Amino acid sequence: MTDAAHSTLPTAALIASRRNSPANAALVKRRYAAERRFKAFGIGALILTGTFLLALLTNIVGKSIPAFFEHTANLEVKLDPAVLAPDGKVDPATLKSADYASLTRATLMSIVPGIEGRAARKSLSGVLSSGAADELRRRVVADPSLIGQTIKVPLLLSDDGDLYMKGQDAGASSVPGIGTVTPSDIKGSITLTSTDGAFKSLVDDLTKAGVPKDADTGAIVLNSNLPSRLVAINGGLVKLQSVTPDGATGNVLLSLKGNEAASGPAWQQTTYSVPEGRRKTNDQDVAIIEKVKETGAIQKGINWRFFTSGDSREPELAGIRGALVGSALTLLVTLVLCLPIGVLAAVYLEEFAPKNRLTDIIEVNINNLAAVPSIVFGLLGLAVFLNFMGLPRSAPLVGGLVLALLVLPTIIIAARAAIKAVPPSIREAAIGLGASRQQAVFHHVLPLAMPGIMTGTIIGMAHALGETAPLLMIGMIAFIVDIPGSLTQAATVLPVQIYLWSDLPEVAFQQRTAAAIVVLLAFLFAMNGAAIWLRSKFERRW
Amino acid sequence: MTVTYFAALCALTLAAYIIAVRRSSAIANTANGRQRLHSLPTYHGLLAASLVIFPMIAIFALGSPILSHEAATNALSHFPADVQADAMRAGATLRDIRNLAAGQHSGEASDALRAAADSYNSTSTQGAYILLAAGIAAALLGIAIAFRLISPQFRARNHFEKVVNVVLIACAAVAILTTIGIVASVLTETLRFFFDPHIKGRPTVTDFLFGTEWNPQAAMRADQGDIKTAYGFLPLLTGTLLITFIAICVAGPLGLLSAIYLAEYASPKVRAYGKPVLEILAGIPTVVLGFFAALTVAPMIRGFGQYLGLDVASESALAAGLVMGMMIIPFISSLSDDVINAVPQSLRDGSAALGATKSETIRQVVLPAALPGIVSAFMLAISRAIGETMIVVMAAGLAANLTFNPLEAVTTITVQIKTLLVGDQEFDSAKTLAAFALGFVLFFVTLMLNVIALRIVRKYREQYD
Repeated sequence: MTDAAHSTLPTAALIASRRNSPANAALVKRRYAAERRFKAFGIGALILTGTFLLALLTNIVGKSIPAFFEHTANLEVKLDPAVLAPDGKVDPATLKSADYASLTRATLMSIVPGIEGRAARKSLSGVLSSGAADELRRRVVADPSLIGQTIKVPLLLSDDGDLYMKGQDAGASSVPGIGTVTPSDIKGSITLTSTDGAFKSLVDDLTKAGVPKDADTGAIVLNSNLPSRLVAINGGLVKLQSVTPDGATGNVLLSLKGNEAASGPAWQQTTYSVPEGRRKTNDQDVAIIEKVKETGAIQKGINWRFFTSGDSREPELAGIRGALVGSALTLLVTLVLCLPIGVLAAVYLEEFAPKNRLTDIIEVNINNLAAVPSIVFGLLGLAVFLNFMGLPRSAPLVGGLVLALLVLPTIIIAARAAIKAVPPSIREAAIGLGASRQQAVFHHVLPLAMPGIMTGTIIGMAHALGETAPLLMIGMIAFIVDIPGSLTQAATVLPVQIYLWSDLPEVAFQQRTAAAIVVLLAFLFAMNGAAIWLRSKFERRW
Repeated sequence: MTVTYFAALCALTLAAYIIAVRRSSAIANTANGRQRLHSLPTYHGLLAASLVIFPMIAIFALGSPILSHEAATNALSHFPADVQADAMRAGATLRDIRNLAAGQHSGEASDALRAAADSYNSTSTQGAYILLAAGIAAALLGIAIAFRLISPQFRARNHFEKVVNVVLIACAAVAILTTIGIVASVLTETLRFFFDPHIKGRPTVTDFLFGTEWNPQAAMRADQGDIKTAYGFLPLLTGTLLITFIAICVAGPLGLLSAIYLAEYASPKVRAYGKPVLEILAGIPTVVLGFFAALTVAPMIRGFGQYLGLDVASESALAAGLVMGMMIIPFISSLSDDVINAVPQSLRDGSAALGATKSETIRQVVLPAALPGIVSAFMLAISRAIGETMIVVMAAGLAANLTFNPLEAVTTITVQIKTLLVGDQEFDSAKTLAAFALGFVLFFVTLMLNVIALRIVRKYREQYD
């Protein structure tokens, strides 16, 4: 070391003074601040990711809850022999094809009097599901002696009626009227006149809410962006369209029994606080559903149908059983194919393969296959299994084949890791006792590697259960009502069912999509949980 | 019939096993012989079983296609020659025949069709019986050979282990066969798409690679005349890259920072909770994420855009990209976690000894050392994002806009593959083949990304091992 270099070295005193200088203190402070900032970024990233996950799960679970419940109207239906067996004959064919919908309609007519005109009729038949008549049919076909009796049947509400009961309602409320009102007619467009200012309080309310008066007539005109105002009078219901303190015009929703004057609490002023424009149900529907609701016949129950029936065009009748069975059949094919092939391939590569070019190519190949986009496997299935081999479209067999190829790399990689983890001493001991290499592997190494292999297989199966894209390619996207019974029948699987439903515009289908997702996630969590349990229970560290 | 065949297969295999085991045990126990067998009776049984099972499977695998071809030819002979010559009409007729034969035909069947269906049924049934007979004969032959072979000196175990070895090699070869199958099927259809003169409306390679307009749906409406079909790949490429870019912008920082935090800072307790969060996210099927993107994120972004006075498409690239980013966070974080943990502790200790804070150590020592691994993690994530289908099918649009505006709707390669193939069965239209051409591009790009990424990882591992 030269003298010059030596002279530039700081002395101990100099170091100490620099360390304690304000500039250095500021530097240290800055560095510590940077440290804290960096750490905060890390925590933030983790928390943000967790929030994403939480938002996703709560959003979907929240959306799904209504789909697990359904509303039925417990109504007395008169099984009219004139409708069920018009010519007096009671044979199964006639009973099956009879018009049960007219019976349920008649029941509703008796509960909701005053249905006049096409719009009202349409609303009336929209209250109940088309499946309600099927329930009635089932009962009558099972027991023809019921004909002529009046029985109490739970009739399923339609999806709109169901949603209304689940809280997408109109916010109906009534107050007794004050003063005397005289309707001009009992149906159609009518006017209600009052000599003592019966509508004054309503006009005041509306004016307070800022609804303008018509410049010419001085009346307040209501529209679908305002809460609906109705008048219940003489057993009927009138929807108001324009109001002055001394009279109102409106459309009759449920026809009146007579056009005599009513006063005081004999007429009521009803409000649907949610404007018609923001509801799926119009005022006519609401009027009818509210009438049925008043009878107390509507009950809430658990939607078992969702788990026991196949797909349907009607959201209230649609279920996931077909998709579940399809998924089970598909996964069965996948498991039967890829577990033995995957394990044997892993055994070969790990235990018997000579170190040569071919083995190298196979290894690189497996690693690359694991990262090939799943949709490409769908193309393979379409070109090879459907087009070349002529296997049936939409069948669980083909779906299972495609998924087996898809998850095979995952299983091979997991099985190889598990076999590699078994220490060589096990093999050597077996061979030392006179076993052949295959005996050593199949009798000793493989059983010890089994927990790891099973863990990998379950994770691979969970992956296959959630896979959608390749199955769309091989046509598992058809609308299928029947529960598939064999490997070659057309079927769909749970994720594809989710995709199909998510495309439909009905709110009830969106809820069912979310519910199907909840079921799918429950299966996936259960499978992954089982894999984790297996790993912790059986895995050995050598 | 298939069921009968495989039932026979199982029964005969079991029978062969039992016969051989019994026979070898009997030989072992003969009073005067007392010779010890070279192989255990089980191995004699297994060898006999394999002498039954493999010939029977081979006969079925070879016989079935021949049989169905024979049945189809016989059935089609009921129709005029011009139907047989035209591949498309022959295919349609054959479908009708099969439906009628299976009893699923709707509508009135013609006489020729009915006769054809009868002939189809009778050929199928007869053929199936011949197949079954051949299979059983082969099995009996196998049992006889195995029975003759059984002797104390016979090395049944060695022979059986040779069989097992072949089976093992065959299983390992499935992976290679899959790759060959993918390449062959996708490549042949792609070549047909570009060069088969029978295909109407096919583009040239340059039209495809550099065209700026994508409009294959016009092919369906050829009768409408002047709508020109366009197979310009560029809008799909930009759409895919735009969504992938957004996804990486989300997942890159989040995934990397969470990996750093979990690997370097987190206490074991935090890690015990943090890792499962990422693992759960990784396990959520993409169709679920797509539902979330389409029904929750997209309307939210649209509403927020309206609040700011921006015009956001209802199927904006941003929504799909954000959710796809969520999907690949666990990817990037778990791969980065691995490479960060692989950096030797001595490097960290050295840096700490020089007075660096932890974050300085991470930024200036650990990350540069782990950089190749992190780069490859990002490449794998990009390849995953490019190949992802369901999120974009559900949340991105179909309109092929050539744009880089994340608020507009774009389409991607995978969306177009799905749209072109779902619901269309014809294998001879340019539309279907275009999907395979897109599939080829997808396969090629992701394969390149993976090969490079795996190379980098391998090289990098060797550095510190």
